[in-house]
Amino acid sequence: MQDVTVYITDREGVQHEVLAPTDMAMNLMEVVRSYELAPEGTIGVCGGMAMCASCQCYITSDHQLNEMEYDEDAMLAEAFHVQENSRLSCQIPITEQLNGLKLTIAQEV
Amino acid sequence: MITTDILIIGAGPTGLFTVFEAGLLKLKCHLIDALPIPGGQCAEIYPKKPIYDIPGFPDVLAGDLVDNLMKQIEPFEPSFTLGERAETITKLEDGSFIVTTNKGTKHHAPIVAIAGGLGSFEPRKPQLEELSKFEDNGVEYIIKDPEVYRDKRVVIAGGGDSALDWSIFLADVASEVTLIHRRNEFRGALDSVEKVQELKNLGKINLITPAEVKGILGEEQVTGVAVEKKGEDPFIVDTDHFIPLFGLSPKLGPIGDWGLEIEKNAIKVDNTLDYQTNIPGIYAIGDVNTYPGKLKLILCGFHEATLMCQSAYKRIFPDKKYVMKYTTVGGVEGFDGTKKQAPKAIVKAIV
Repeated sequence: MQDVTVYITDREGVQHEVLAPTDMAMNLMEVVRSYELAPEGTIGVCGGMAMCASCQCYITSDHQLNEMEYDEDAMLAEAFHVQENSRLSCQIPITEQLNGLKLTIAQEV
Repeated sequence: MITTDILIIGAGPTGLFTVFEAGLLKLKCHLIDALPIPGGQCAEIYPKKPIYDIPGFPDVLAGDLVDNLMKQIEPFEPSFTLGERAETITKLEDGSFIVTTNKGTKHHAPIVAIAGGLGSFEPRKPQLEELSKFEDNGVEYIIKDPEVYRDKRVVIAGGGDSALDWSIFLADVASEVTLIHRRNEFRGALDSVEKVQELKNLGKINLITPAEVKGILGEEQVTGVAVEKKGEDPFIVDTDHFIPLFGLSPKLGPIGDWGLEIEKNAIKVDNTLDYQTNIPGIYAIGDVNTYPGKLKLILCGFHEATLMCQSAYKRIFPDKKYVMKYTTVGGVEGFDGTKKQAPKAIVKAIV
């Protein structure tokens, strides 16, 4: 499979059904940016190094995701509006297992 | 008043390299940056991270790249206004500009090059009611003068290096230091974490984890903070100062109000020619600009800086004829009297 379908709810509450490629080493934050679902400069500010939390999202489907690494966990410990289902979308690589994933982009801080 | 040929706003890699390219054209540069050190994101966000796409460097740490750039531009004697944010710009009748910082420092130059990256780094503020009311009335995001806290009660919030380091430092200055963090674990350097543990055991730091500050108390001045700790009823910690240290995030800030054409949080430029903005004499280079096909890469910033300097030269000296010269041919003649040159070939007869 080359593409997976992901359902992304933007900061205005609008849900978008998008196709994400599994063969380009992309992460969820980059998918959001590629579809311009959040204004440039308000997401992925650190470039995807788990160092700014501007790409925080809430996972609303029950997909099994990759485990959180130390950097992501530590960043979320300092971020705002963090919930139980918070993740940094830059730390979630696009894989076939993500097909049908639903997420909401956290508001800008 | 600081006067220069090219006033560069932003001392990240693109801004620093501009000094070099301008220097080759005998143009002097001054740089303004909101951070207290040069290097921009490379210095502030990821100094220890490797970069793999700087041409000629299979890998280089971001911090080392900044050090190398500083060394490369040293002969051109750049000057800096650091720890200040470019706030306003005024165009004079002769077409030159005066840029004033938030601290009132004025800079005069015929050319302004905005190399501001994603903007100036501002403290990330917690979402608390009436927070702004208490700013400078007991709420501070940056510690400028630790003596302000002598014999005062201080609450610090955060879990990174700056929260740990300042808790340690202020333990000997303030009458009472409370450190509040949402987790039991801290993200800082191991020896800082251990030191805080030691000071906690000695009763010199009051550690409250996992907990969050949920409100600020006081009429005009901070008198306390409301704290929620997991598994406990909310309680109040009396304090004179509340210092949230949640890191910095870049904001385009006042530059966004300079009358420049903005698109996607970036400044639109003419990429078919010289990266000039809609205001003649103001250029935007590096991550701060946008044009069709723009890529926010350091190597693209270097290219943009190079072309921009050639255009700036022509703008300052419209009647002078000039063609670009290779450094291998012309060498590098510093403003400090130094000269780097390719060694001359040795000619010797064989008899």
